[in-house]
Amino acid sequence: MLTNNQHIKLGVQELEKETMTLNLGPTHPATHGVFQNIVEIDGERIVSGTSTIGYIHRAFEKIAEHRPFYQITPLTDRLNYCSSPINNMGWHLTVEKLLGIKTPKRVDYLRVIIMELARIADHLICNSILVVDTGAYTGFLYCMQLREKIYEIWEEVCGSRLTTNIGRVGGLERDFNDIAFQKLENFIKDFPPVMKDFENLVMRNRIFIERTVGAGPISAERAMNYGFTGPNLRATGVDYDVRAMNPYSSYEEFDFIVPVGTKGDTYDRFLVREEEMWQSFSIVKQAIQKLDQLADKTTYHADVPAYYLPPKDEVYNNMEALIYHFKIVMGEIDSPKGEVYHAVEGGNGELGFYLISDGGRAPYRLHFRRPCFIYYQAYPEMVTGSLISDAIVTLSSLNVIAGELDA
Amino acid sequence: MEVITSAEKKIITVDPPEGLVGTGFFATSLDKVVGLARKNSIWPLPFATSCCGIEFMATMASHYDFARFGAERVSFSPRQADLLMVMGTIAKKMGPILKQVYEQMAEPRWVIAVGACASSGGIFDTYSVLQGIDQIIPVDVYVPGCPPRPEQIIDGLMRIQDLVQNESRGRRNSPEYQALLKSYGIETVNS
Amino acid sequence: MSNVDSALILEKLKTQFGDAIHSPEEPYDLLTINCSREKIVPLLEFLHNDTVLAFNFLTDLCGVHYPHRAAPFEVVYHVHSFINNIRLRIKVAIAGDPPKVPTATSVYAAANWMERETYDFYGIIFEGHPNLKRILNVDEMTIFPMRKEYPLEDNTRKDKNDEMFGRDPKLILAGK
Repeated sequence: MLTNNQHIKLGVQELEKETMTLNLGPTHPATHGVFQNIVEIDGERIVSGTSTIGYIHRAFEKIAEHRPFYQITPLTDRLNYCSSPINNMGWHLTVEKLLGIKTPKRVDYLRVIIMELARIADHLICNSILVVDTGAYTGFLYCMQLREKIYEIWEEVCGSRLTTNIGRVGGLERDFNDIAFQKLENFIKDFPPVMKDFENLVMRNRIFIERTVGAGPISAERAMNYGFTGPNLRATGVDYDVRAMNPYSSYEEFDFIVPVGTKGDTYDRFLVREEEMWQSFSIVKQAIQKLDQLADKTTYHADVPAYYLPPKDEVYNNMEALIYHFKIVMGEIDSPKGEVYHAVEGGNGELGFYLISDGGRAPYRLHFRRPCFIYYQAYPEMVTGSLISDAIVTLSSLNVIAGELDA
Repeated sequence: MEVITSAEKKIITVDPPEGLVGTGFFATSLDKVVGLARKNSIWPLPFATSCCGIEFMATMASHYDFARFGAERVSFSPRQADLLMVMGTIAKKMGPILKQVYEQMAEPRWVIAVGACASSGGIFDTYSVLQGIDQIIPVDVYVPGCPPRPEQIIDGLMRIQDLVQNESRGRRNSPEYQALLKSYGIETVNS
Repeated sequence: MSNVDSALILEKLKTQFGDAIHSPEEPYDLLTINCSREKIVPLLEFLHNDTVLAFNFLTDLCGVHYPHRAAPFEVVYHVHSFINNIRLRIKVAIAGDPPKVPTATSVYAAANWMERETYDFYGIIFEGHPNLKRILNVDEMTIFPMRKEYPLEDNTRKDKNDEMFGRDPKLILAGK
């Protein structure tokens, strides 16, 4: 038995713990992208954090000041490369707003199909990688299989898989062919069972719930103050969606719900993205129905020969088409002076284009409002006080895409 | 490569290298055996920075199945990796980090530059982007494309496999190789 | 839908800030106002805290360079009211070297990185910013690359012969 004076005596300062600095990134596998988080940890708990970004800064805005409108489309591809078509069409819609082009209904519906497929593709990556980060690889393989099917549809429409450069100012470069519709039908058939499998695997999975519920929460008020948009804001309970608030491309005709969460934690973000995929899927189906009901079966671009690139076979065989092609590509067309802000609902939130045109061949100034860049600054605040493992899943669920972050 | 189907499972075998076959023995040179073994057990380090990284994910997934080439084990630690796959734009801010990762890899090491950005800077001819990673580290195979299709990435890996298989055993100690590393300012440890 | 429209916003701002708000325009249905440098933070605070206007959201903040104007730099704020679903663009023209403008981080936390980016690109100093340093470029950089006088391409490169591209690096540097 111990008597009082046999207890170990400790000095006053001796129980104070030392904290450790841990470097997450820029090449840490958990960041899947290149950005650095320097976190100060006390045991497993994060005391403070700092984010450093800019590791793939590519000077998009500077390039944009030197390129005619058409040559900016490939740049937008590389912003959020998980959902390139949304960026492409966001840019085309911005230019159309500047030039005052009105697109036919059929173009709007075709665009909606492509953009909603892109949203599904974006959320598939985010959610499947989140699941990989919690230790389950199988879901990733399911989701990538669906992405391949979406890629196949895009290939029919534009010839490319990832960085699509899809569409033109005024519409699409070519119409959906029969194979594209066939593949779309196949996708509609394949999507529900695979998605249900994935959800059965994960959604009520004890391990997944333990890892994600309560990880990296943020309140609605803080989220709005931090400029959150997209699924991350909706997970906090704010039903802000550009498609519903400022509809573009005839979104006002579609019937869809804007899913919201309550706590703004990782699990809510996951669920919001899952539900958004189902909503996007329903929008795609509605768009196909609307296409069937339209009397017009052939229009795929607005009738604006001054801005819409002529078809390739005419360019090669027809002098006038060649001249137009050259003029448009080189930016010799007349563009009005003016300032436009146009936003679309990108994969990660409000993707805005602030375009100042001085009537020259290139924009005087083009600023991309990149949702990732704006909400990622809240990350240190979100993970302070949580465990390192929570920080990892929080980062995955925020879906920070390096290309969009650094521009 | 040949697939032998037994009743239960598929066994994938590789063709033996050239050699002398007799009853109960097979003689060949050590180089060839080492080359064969290395070729089919490459551990890649995916240094994915941007768009090409997403295509690499597609390559890794079941549709294209990168693991068929013995590259199943993706190594995120440079010290246990044989092949550095640089996928995506390398900005000047990232350059020193890439070089450090390369220096941490043990010999023999190979490098693929996947995509236009890693190969030459691609469409980003700007003040902030490194105009090709071969300005800071030596590159073995370049894969064109923006981004390359998964088939192209696989083709790049197969070209690396050819290099790995046919590499002479003394190459890494040769004065030419030492001079190459020196030209990049990379310190070498003579083994 | 609420009855907040451009006229009401302008009227409220005029009574509150008088001449500090000037030359309103409405290009492409987006109300644009100009504000003086001194009044920008009180203006944002007013927009944010006013219960009718409720501009609760800072959508975007960026810089623009107009080298030939008397006030060569401009900071453009896009604010958005979720309740009224109306957007507002505020421009602040800044002269002086280095150009200075007060920080909006006390009103919108989102302004933090956007201001750092604007500083990184244009060298605009946001007074009172908690951590104003470069964000995208390396710290050692000496220029502010988005200013019009600096070239897009890296002028230290050696792999390209400018004559082959029909250009003279000296002229590019001089902005011609």
